[in-house]
Amino acid sequence: MIEIRGIEKNYGKLRVLDDVSTTIEKGKITSFIGPNGAGKSTLLSVVSRLVNQDRGQVLIEGRSLTDWDSDELAKKVSILRQSNHMNVRLTIRELVSFGRFPHSKGRLTKEDKDFIDRAIEYMKLEDIQHKYLDQLSGGQRQRAYIAMVISQDTDYILLDEPLNNLDMKHAVEIMRMLKKLVRDLDKTIAIVIHDINFASCYSDRVVAMKDGRLMEEGETDKIINSHSLGQIYDMDFQVTRMNNMNLCVYF
Amino acid sequence: MMDNKRKIVILTLISLAMTLAFVFWGLGPTNWKFFIQTRLPKVAAIAITGAAIGYSSLLFQTVSNNRILTPSVLGLDSLYMLLQTFVIFTFGSTSRVAVDRNLNFFITVILMVLFSTLLFKLLLQRESGNIMKLLLVGIIMGTLFSSLSSFMQMVIDPNEFMHVQDRMFASFNRVNTDILIVAMVITIGALSLTLKDTALWDVLTLGRDNAINLGVDYDRTIRRMLFTVSLLVSVSTALVGPITFLGMLVVNLAREMLNTFRHRELITGSILLGILFLVGGQLVVERVLNFSTPISVIINFVGGIYFIKLLLKESVG
Repeated sequence: MIEIRGIEKNYGKLRVLDDVSTTIEKGKITSFIGPNGAGKSTLLSVVSRLVNQDRGQVLIEGRSLTDWDSDELAKKVSILRQSNHMNVRLTIRELVSFGRFPHSKGRLTKEDKDFIDRAIEYMKLEDIQHKYLDQLSGGQRQRAYIAMVISQDTDYILLDEPLNNLDMKHAVEIMRMLKKLVRDLDKTIAIVIHDINFASCYSDRVVAMKDGRLMEEGETDKIINSHSLGQIYDMDFQVTRMNNMNLCVYF
Repeated sequence: MMDNKRKIVILTLISLAMTLAFVFWGLGPTNWKFFIQTRLPKVAAIAITGAAIGYSSLLFQTVSNNRILTPSVLGLDSLYMLLQTFVIFTFGSTSRVAVDRNLNFFITVILMVLFSTLLFKLLLQRESGNIMKLLLVGIIMGTLFSSLSSFMQMVIDPNEFMHVQDRMFASFNRVNTDILIVAMVITIGALSLTLKDTALWDVLTLGRDNAINLGVDYDRTIRRMLFTVSLLVSVSTALVGPITFLGMLVVNLAREMLNTFRHRELITGSILLGILFLVGGQLVVERVLNFSTPISVIINFVGGIYFIKLLLKESVG
């Protein structure tokens, strides 16, 4: 379990996170939703030590983030951010191999290679694994990055808008794959997501944020209703039930 | 396509052949003693400089995540010129600090390392990973140092200016054996202490966020790298003069030839190319141009052409 306690973060005079406390429960998919600039991505960055908070603390399995050895933490928590600009030419396989760095320190063993193969297979990248990243479409590149995170093999996986650049087919594939990761391998996944319907259909818990504050959190069914969503996004929502799923209509 | 091992072997052979040609070309039974005595220290100085420049430039490009920068943007070259100008301006070209090469070397190296350590301490401790700010401050300091030295060069006695000018260009003709050994020890020491980190540097090419995610202690690694860079640049500059432009040339050529992100291979390639260029340049200076041009003019000329090519290519791609 990841506990987030009273996190505050300021950029100059702008307060992007204001006393945010919540938990990411083990063995579940938690979606972070909210309008642009709500602080969702910053919160994930704080949890994964990419950004230092000004106040508050993050506990990962009961131990404060600052007490974790960076090396050990890299085997426990992984994060994938939205933009991943790189200055080098890498093939998919080389990128995915980097995911094994916390375990292998650059010397890949047979076991590492198995993990890499499996991650590539998981994301259906076998045929193009020797292609360079700059030759890929946005969706393929996104899948390659997710494969890197999978080969890192951490208990907690944080994903910042992983559905960016993906068409419906690939977006659904990725969400199904995440569900499978949780079910088969007992992973815990936290995900920042903009498409409310994806959040509604695939996540166990939803954390809603707005203007750097936590608005609501709880089981998905409790948050996905027209009243709550209307308050979070300042617009009208209609939630209908179809095939056992809550779907939002807001067009 | 040749694999990289093969390319590195070929590169090694070429640089070795070039070095041997440099040492033994034109030796006769009567003059060999004299020539060996002058040429061997030169070859050693070239090897040290080539290694230091290739290595530090590659590390610096990894730190800054930029392929067309050299450590000179940290202002170390300009600081060297300022120190030399200042010494000749205030104490005169016949003073001990100017004439005694050992003393001059140590003072220069210590001040340069001190300056850069201070710069890193002040800028990196407060904000994690703000490399861009560091580079900006480095450029500003560099400009300040150059302006100060040109001011002194304006008002200095013309005869003294000749001595200043002599130090504005890199040269292997006035290398002194005592310093050479010190420089060699520092360079080899820095290399062997940091070479174990090559896998970490590979990860750094993925950018700060990915590196931290993969468990790299980013701030510490960056500080270590920058310190190594400043040490190597200071030593090589104090040894032969400002020559960091060479770094841009050899590192990019190594990248183009080897087409990899692996630092282990890139380091070997950059160092070998550095030696190749310096020995080749020195051969041209001594045997073709009869010492009429300093080697840095040749290197800056070749490097300048390559730089323009690089910019044109980047803007098209």
